[in-house]
Amino acid sequence: MAEKKGKKKDPKEWRIDIDAERCKGCGFCVEFCPKGTLAMSDDFNSKGYHPPMVANPDSCTYCDMCEMVCPEFAIWQASDVQKKDTHIADDLVRMDRMPHIWCPGCGIGTVVNCFVEALHEAGLDLDKTQIVSGIGCTGRVAGYVDLDSYHTTHGRAIPFATGLALGAPDQKVVVISGDGDLTAIGGNHFFHAARRNADMTVICVNNFTYGMTGGQVTPTAPQKSIAITTPYGAFDRPFNIPFIADSCGANFVARWTTYHVRHLQRAIKTALLTPGFSLVEAISPCPTLYGRRNKLGDGLDLMKFYKEKSVRFKKDQHTTADAEIGFQDQIMVGNFVNRENPSLLNAMDSSLKDKLGDKYVQWPIPG
Amino acid sequence: MKADPKRVLSGNHFINGNHSATEGAIAAGCTFAAGYPITPSTEIVERIASRFPRVGGMFVQMEDEIASSICLQGGVWSGRKAMTVTSGPGMSLMMEHVGLAQITETPCVFINVQRAGPSTGLPTKTAQADMMQAKWGSHGDYEAIALSPSSPQECFDYTIDCFNLAEEYRMPVFLMSDEMTGHMTEKVVIPPADEIELVERQFYTGSDKYLPYKREANGIPLMSKAGLGHHYHITGLTHDERGYPVLTKPVQEKMMTGLMKKVGDNVDKLTRYEEFMMEDADIALVSYGISFRMAYKAMEMAREKGIKVGLLRMITCWPFPEKPIRELAQKVKSMIMVELNYGQMFLEMDRFSNKYCETDLCGSSGGEVHEPEEILTKILEAAKK
Ligand SMILES: Cc1ncc(C[n+]2csc(CCOP(=O)(O)OP(=O)(O)O)c2C)c(N)n1
Ligand code: SF4
Ligand code: SF4
Ligand SMILES: [Mg+2]
Repeated sequence: MAEKKGKKKDPKEWRIDIDAERCKGCGFCVEFCPKGTLAMSDDFNSKGYHPPMVANPDSCTYCDMCEMVCPEFAIWQASDVQKKDTHIADDLVRMDRMPHIWCPGCGIGTVVNCFVEALHEAGLDLDKTQIVSGIGCTGRVAGYVDLDSYHTTHGRAIPFATGLALGAPDQKVVVISGDGDLTAIGGNHFFHAARRNADMTVICVNNFTYGMTGGQVTPTAPQKSIAITTPYGAFDRPFNIPFIADSCGANFVARWTTYHVRHLQRAIKTALLTPGFSLVEAISPCPTLYGRRNKLGDGLDLMKFYKEKSVRFKKDQHTTADAEIGFQDQIMVGNFVNRENPSLLNAMDSSLKDKLGDKYVQWPIPG
Repeated sequence: MKADPKRVLSGNHFINGNHSATEGAIAAGCTFAAGYPITPSTEIVERIASRFPRVGGMFVQMEDEIASSICLQGGVWSGRKAMTVTSGPGMSLMMEHVGLAQITETPCVFINVQRAGPSTGLPTKTAQADMMQAKWGSHGDYEAIALSPSSPQECFDYTIDCFNLAEEYRMPVFLMSDEMTGHMTEKVVIPPADEIELVERQFYTGSDKYLPYKREANGIPLMSKAGLGHHYHITGLTHDERGYPVLTKPVQEKMMTGLMKKVGDNVDKLTRYEEFMMEDADIALVSYGISFRMAYKAMEMAREKGIKVGLLRMITCWPFPEKPIRELAQKVKSMIMVELNYGQMFLEMDRFSNKYCETDLCGSSGGEVHEPEEILTKILEAAKK
């Protein structure tokens, strides 16, 4: 279980644990440790990766950056006193299904960490939290998270989630799916769910590519970017996901990258606690297909790129229309929209109550 | 379990087949429906939209049929009995999710009010040309259950049966209506609620980890629903008992065997048909749905001419009534399938006749039902042979 954030930790109580066998050597933990505590070791694990090691234990403030950023759930802060001896994801990930399918340096595991932490922090009842995915690398998240979980069809996570949320108003419904899933084949459902303010949180892992099928162009791929189906560069204008969600009327809209683990986690937490339709876009590295083809390097290089190229959304200066992403260009990040419009369920309920009066039989919550 | 009296409009009605099917769904305990308007099924979503809020049901008009056909499955996993309804192009759009309901073993009901195709075809006119689609429309192998009503009364009765079968076999079930049956207005008798028997969903109540695809002795796995604390996984990928994806041949084979046997082992139990004037018949008409009524008329006309014609009317088209057809083929000299297509159920009839008798088709392009005389002509031809 996660301990309270923001409290200084007593270094005598804490240590860093590493499960070298889980590691895929992406280097995220070493690079993004703000104190230079970690270094890559020369050892190999049985998969042939170099796991990290604690090079400067005294420098560590136990900020948990390494734990949050590690897509393999392989490094964590541990304390006997605080009774924490596993990675934050261990409670909520089906460890009997590990290792997951994601490549070294893929950001999807990092998004899972942020989601898991956000769930804990939001204090949601895990028996009443539902997770729905479409198809794709990101679509596999539902299969790994230990909740009631649904791995549906390509692009259709949102309409499934709509039925689930309407049918069981006592459940919190979360959709996690890729950019292709949500904005190409599932685009129509995305617009309508946002328009209806359907009761769900959508986390879109945007890696600018169809990961699962080998790196074809998606509607979010910037112009000029290379994909296997745009070998001479993409020519059509990409979708700006926050702008769409905003213009369709979503109650909460945010975008962060997998570099911004804390912001991402907090945005997901806010989304989970916001009634109606909330959307968090997580820009995430696909080194295997997007990074490599676009000469952006491996997962670590992509993470550094996000750090360097991200600019903050400022309410008084920007609108979501400014959040369009150009090729190798800036990435606007922030919490863009925060509204309190009635959700689909509430709107339906109050309108029917209003019109039908005594004749209205409210749908009973099953259970 | 008996139907809830608050949900049953008991009494005599003069309503069309689409409205009657809606009342059947309500009586059956359906509390969730998703749909998209399309002729000639629209009256069903219209009546659902007005009736559901008065009986504790939830209806949502989705952005298209693809959305409706999966939204309803979200509704099922929320713990409700759920349905969708469509016609022609809408049915084609739903096909991927028929497969999803099959592989995830999600009990639900699809009503197809058939119209003539292909494509936009004849939106306002009848056909029975989606019969093979109900069995083979989604990719991959699966077994189907489909019932064919021929009157507004049967739209009511069989819709209830569809919901019961969906729960009993934990799978999608089709009501294969058509434009004519849907729009025809006749007397419909809705019985008192305590005369309507309903099959309720069987939920897992054990204390061990719930396995969503562990088959019980009857071959059907128990259900769960959102929020019971089971933390189950449901996927359209090939999966093991735990619901976890395992992409290997042995697991595919085990999963498929379980899926196929649910219906395959129960064909006799599932098969429903009626026979008319078959005792002395040497020519058998075989028909279903709206065409059955024309076939019946043609049979009477032939009998008046002294020709010994009987009629086998299929209520379940899927699974196909293999055994009665096989037996009939050994009794009569000729079987004629009467249907509004170019020979869909005819293929099954011909196959199961094992060539014991002559087989013929009295088909149609759709657009109108048969004239009884057309069928009579076929009977006369057969009688000459
Ligand atoms: C109807 C349908 N069309 C195409 C596919 C093939 N397909 C599987 S995943 C995928 C793209 C996934 O891309 P995205 O949603 O961005 O997820 P990622 O793999 O990048 O995480 C496609 C095209 C499919 N499964 N179903
Ligand atoms: S972040 Fe995780 S996978 Fe990457 S090097 Fe560190 S421990 Fe290994
Ligand atoms: S292909 Fe890309 S998105 Fe898929 S697991 Fe690999 S890095 Fe991640
Ligand atoms: Mg993608």
